[in-house]
Amino acid sequence: MTLREIITILSAEILSPKDLDVIVEMAYCADLMSNVLSYSVPNALLITNLTNAQVIRTADVADMEAIVFCRGKRPDPDTIALAARKAIPLLVTSLSMFDTCGRLYEKGLRSDAVSGK
Amino acid sequence: MDNNAEGTFFLTGKDFSRAGTASGSLKKVLENMGLPSNVIRRASIAAFEAEMNAIIYAVAGIMHYYVTPEMIRVVLQDMGQGIANIELAMTEGFTTAPDYIREMGFGSGMGLPNIKKNVDKLTISSVAGEGTTLEFLINLDKTGEGGPE
Amino acid sequence: MILQQLVDALSLEVITQGTDLTKTVTGGYVSDMISDVIGNAGEGYVWITFQIHLNIVAAASLKNLAGIILVNNRTPDKETLARASEEQVAIMSSPLPAFEIVGRLYDLGLRCR
Repeated sequence: MTLREIITILSAEILSPKDLDVIVEMAYCADLMSNVLSYSVPNALLITNLTNAQVIRTADVADMEAIVFCRGKRPDPDTIALAARKAIPLLVTSLSMFDTCGRLYEKGLRSDAVSGK
Repeated sequence: MDNNAEGTFFLTGKDFSRAGTASGSLKKVLENMGLPSNVIRRASIAAFEAEMNAIIYAVAGIMHYYVTPEMIRVVLQDMGQGIANIELAMTEGFTTAPDYIREMGFGSGMGLPNIKKNVDKLTISSVAGEGTTLEFLINLDKTGEGGPE
Repeated sequence: MILQQLVDALSLEVITQGTDLTKTVTGGYVSDMISDVIGNAGEGYVWITFQIHLNIVAAASLKNLAGIILVNNRTPDKETLARASEEQVAIMSSPLPAFEIVGRLYDLGLRCR
């Protein structure tokens, strides 16, 4: 689905704009960035509650397509600027992580079923 | 049913195997006293966060609890690094937790704010390099109910 | 909805022995940060997490959660399992990542208020 559709599904706000027609096929939710690096899928939407700069750098390294922050949590201006420099779109939704994942799954988004060791 | 209770727990720094047992035991005491569930929830959250702070940051600590018909009072005194800046520590998201603590899912900087949200009075005093004393009160109104959430 | 129904619907592996799978599940919570769960999870919620250390049992017990589902085939150590049995906290596991597990639970009607 496109970022545009995701924004509608989550009633999200976009913080760091990019091309809203970018297509995202997978999603991954995590609060521990080491988890994202071990298990995630590239070109996915990262769903997280953590709003520090480390999240942006991790998303960059892990090749995530965009980040959505849950529960209305917003990163600070410096972090938003960092995301803009790395061309990573940032969204904020007031939904909980559980409902965020639920709604996107309902509309067809999936995770790559990568299992760890 | 007895409306009064008091007790003490000893906490050992970095002893994660026992982390949560003090607040868990306090919860059982409050349940046995038949206190309202919202009061038990508030006291449990506050006690857990206070206990975790002592275990994560201090060398040792003592938690005393006192329950009367009017209130639940918990005092946690620890020996350890103390809190350098209490106002900063009360800020949501602020943490001094090292990486291994954060990997365990602690150190999100929500501990003290979680306590504050759930109690009616919170007092913290600290001497850097010596330790911290944290005290909180939850009022029980005349009917033994829990007051505002 | 009770835990056993989640186990059946998601083909979860129940790792603890002798824990009550007839507990009512009132919602779901996904988080790896302990204070987040302590501060926000609802009573009777099922908790989906990556964390496997002992303190997940303390948190689940304190908040009267229905049980814990571990993601990505994560397995708790013996200490955590022993404590879970003592405290009567059911621990289940799935090879799926959190997003997938939550999605399926949402499909079953669970929410996080």
